[in-house]
Amino acid sequence: MERQTPLFTAFVYLGALLLAIVILAPLAWLFVMSISSAADLSAKPLNWWPDEIDLSRYRALLSTIENTAGAAFVASLLNSLKVAGMATLAAVAVAIPAAWAVSRTATVSWSLYAVIATYMLPPVALAVPLYMGLAYFGLLNSVFGLALVYLTILAPFTTWLLKSGFDSIPREIESAAMIDGARLDQILRLLTLPLAAPVMATSALFAFLLAWDEFFYALLFTSDLRAKTLTVAIADLAGGRVSDYGLIATAGVLAALPPVLIGLVMQRALISGLTSGGVKG
Amino acid sequence: MPGTWITTRAWLLMLPLLVVMIAVIGWPLVDTVRLSFTDAKLVGTAGGFIGLDNYAKMLGGSNFQRALITTTCFAVVSVAAEMVLGVLAALLLNQQFRGRTALRALMILPWALPTVVNATLWRLIYNPEYGALNAALTQLGLLESYRSWLGEPGSALAALIVADCWKNFPLVALIALAALQAVPRDITAAALVDGAGPLNRFRYVTMPYLAGPLLVALVLRTIEAFKVFDIIWVMTRGGPANSTRTLSILVYQEAFSFQRAGSGASLALIVTLLVTILAVAYAALLRKAAGAS
Repeated sequence: MERQTPLFTAFVYLGALLLAIVILAPLAWLFVMSISSAADLSAKPLNWWPDEIDLSRYRALLSTIENTAGAAFVASLLNSLKVAGMATLAAVAVAIPAAWAVSRTATVSWSLYAVIATYMLPPVALAVPLYMGLAYFGLLNSVFGLALVYLTILAPFTTWLLKSGFDSIPREIESAAMIDGARLDQILRLLTLPLAAPVMATSALFAFLLAWDEFFYALLFTSDLRAKTLTVAIADLAGGRVSDYGLIATAGVLAALPPVLIGLVMQRALISGLTSGGVKG
Repeated sequence: MPGTWITTRAWLLMLPLLVVMIAVIGWPLVDTVRLSFTDAKLVGTAGGFIGLDNYAKMLGGSNFQRALITTTCFAVVSVAAEMVLGVLAALLLNQQFRGRTALRALMILPWALPTVVNATLWRLIYNPEYGALNAALTQLGLLESYRSWLGEPGSALAALIVADCWKNFPLVALIALAALQAVPRDITAAALVDGAGPLNRFRYVTMPYLAGPLLVALVLRTIEAFKVFDIIWVMTRGGPANSTRTLSILVYQEAFSFQRAGSGASLALIVTLLVTILAVAYAALLRKAAGAS
């Protein structure tokens, strides 16, 4: 807008400063807690910045010496990676053909609404039979069992994202190749899938973040280091009798790093993904 | 190529997805319905058919009614606050100022922070003995002595709502900002020339562009807030004195803490029905809004 009084400009900068503080203050505090000594954190009045930077908790949590807090943390980190990785791969694998079919076939496009509807289901509606089923197959407290359960969330989600991705690739390209005599598998392999590669990568990353963030099913279906994920490990720390708040904060910082970095790098894709449904409708 | 073959081919391509969805969503949902008519325990006894007893017991109980009120309160207040704060932040970010790009990038951070980490962070901030909120408020002279924000029934739900809003309003802001950037500049300029004040410009120029995307955000956020579990479990576990026990927490306690799979299932289906009613009502609203614009 061209007409800006100095007062208005001052107001905008004040608002921007306030917004930056609101967003940053809690995050900065999480980081400060992770590098403050226990004495600094329990001082009254509180020390807002540590006298000495204490990185011992990062070393402790990332150590793999057996029977330490570090070993438990690293194990849960690896479990989260395994579960989220397997669930994402499986979800993308079943979603790609389905999303392409829904995108290119008007007669079955209604089925996408059924898929999206399941995404709205509260997890509690499935939890009891899933628990009994996993118990029956001996898959409780297993990364495979949990990854399977995560498909309830990831499969509809990736199908939804990939479908709108395929929609943005003109089907005329496929028709032209078909007229030239290409078979369907050739068209998909040589034409559509390479064109859709960026969308597939974005969908896979979002699916991975969703699985990384998941807590409810992980809380229900895992019980020890063999399968417990990072979210459950952090909730245990927060709810347990750990007296060192800095250790809890450090675990939080480490768990937040991967999604925060992905979020910052993928900003553009993220915002267009968030708004594509909204702006068009 | 005949249309029937194309349709058949589509179903064949969807087959893997359908198999997965029937296995992990369809079958469990049907089995939850079956369980809800039995007195099955989570482990051991399969239970017998007891008709609608579970539903009668759950719907008539004061626990359900109280959890419904708590959930509604949480959902309405946090979503409303997220919408208002989100739109305000978006209007701000739509102005020209130095550092705008950096500030917009910062808005990603709360969204990207895992829900459990967010809950843990705020639990530490609200800590009754060493928490940053108590320290900041007493050092500023706004608070006489340290309070247990999450330990008192009067403040626990409000404290949870603040933590939830902080994580979710930036998402609304980003959605609203994208919509604001779609408002054509010449329309705003024309309204200015015609002498429209800022409020009128917002109401008649900006709002039509904002309404659709905001409605979608409202739908998704309300449904999410109605299902809330993670943040509450980590911060209060439904306490103190059950003052933050939402419906999902209640289902968890019934089915898993008390291992009453049958009544837990019936409660879960009641919650599902409520979410479905919300979703259908919103879908109708969306269709109406789409028709109007």
